[in-house]
Amino acid sequence: MIVDYALTFALVAFGLALVLNLIRLVTAPTLTDRILAVDTMTVNVIALIVLYGLRSGSSLNGEAALLFALTGFVSTVAFCKYLLRGSIIE
Amino acid sequence: MLKRLFPHPYLSLTLVILWLLLVNDATLGTLILAGVLATLVPLLTQSWWPGRPRIRHPLGLLAYAAIVLWDVIIANFQVAWIILFMPAARIRSAWVVVPLDLTSPEAISLLAGTITMTPGTLTADFSSNGRVLLIHALHAPDPNAVRDAIKTRYEARLKRIME
Amino acid sequence: MTALAEYAIAALLILGGLFGLIGSFGLLKLRDPMQRLHAPTKATTIGVGAALIAAALDMVLLGQGITWQSVLVAAFLFLTAPLSALFLAKTHLLRTIARKDLPKTGTGGDWATFRAKPQK
Repeated sequence: MIVDYALTFALVAFGLALVLNLIRLVTAPTLTDRILAVDTMTVNVIALIVLYGLRSGSSLNGEAALLFALTGFVSTVAFCKYLLRGSIIE
Repeated sequence: MLKRLFPHPYLSLTLVILWLLLVNDATLGTLILAGVLATLVPLLTQSWWPGRPRIRHPLGLLAYAAIVLWDVIIANFQVAWIILFMPAARIRSAWVVVPLDLTSPEAISLLAGTITMTPGTLTADFSSNGRVLLIHALHAPDPNAVRDAIKTRYEARLKRIME
Repeated sequence: MTALAEYAIAALLILGGLFGLIGSFGLLKLRDPMQRLHAPTKATTIGVGAALIAAALDMVLLGQGITWQSVLVAAFLFLTAPLSALFLAKTHLLRTIARKDLPKTGTGGDWATFRAKPQK
């Protein structure tokens, strides 16, 4: 019972965090801040996926979260590498 | 021969455990596939990782991980407090330069990761010869104290474990 | 015993949600570009980590057996957060920070970000 309430709270909190990231993404002063906002969004989405899986009682969401974690990290590094060196694979 | 087949024994062991956890069961088929991966992946990536990290005290590494985890939890509350309640004009950020005593690349990257995960500090860059770290501290009225804390609390322990 | 576990899971969930929110709020509130790097790499990682561990514990409690994947995701985030932070910081150094604001290395060489590109 208490877990259900906490789960709802966590879902709302991460959803709100996602909205804040979106505001940052639109109003970011520099390009790097924009990458940072997208990176934070992926991390928050991972939390949302896992918590939603908990609520719906399905255990299939683990793979989705894992894929998000992998692609999010690789895309952040690729973006930064491109800005730093002008090419991604040297 | 065994050394040629498994250039990184720790990496092979990690891969087996990782694969078993990923598939989430421990039947014979999974174990065989894990063994194949643990042999192939280190062999194929060997040319990018020529050296072999020396871990003198594997148990010391576990104790180190426990210390870092505890520090991360405690210090996260401090950062949360700074973000929530400290007016932006009063936050004293500072650059900290930390010359390293560590020499092995694995130990240095472990230290850099630790510094980033311990809240309040973030590894921003390293010098081109790889012997000095540039660290950004979120709120450090005394940058020298931050440097000394890093050197005594983390670097000394890592030096004992890895070198 | 079960009640105790439920309280622990609920606490982890609330803590995780709070830290996730604080991290994203810090991204908006802090003024300096380098300061903004601090909030998401730590608070958000801890928040998501707490939520993931709570999810894994809850699966055990519901009798579905432990799903190691969420533990793996938490470990993976914990390991990759320093790397993305390092790359973002290097990009900041190159694009937004004035060179004169940076301290010297003290070794004679420059910081690695400003090293010349390798010749093709």
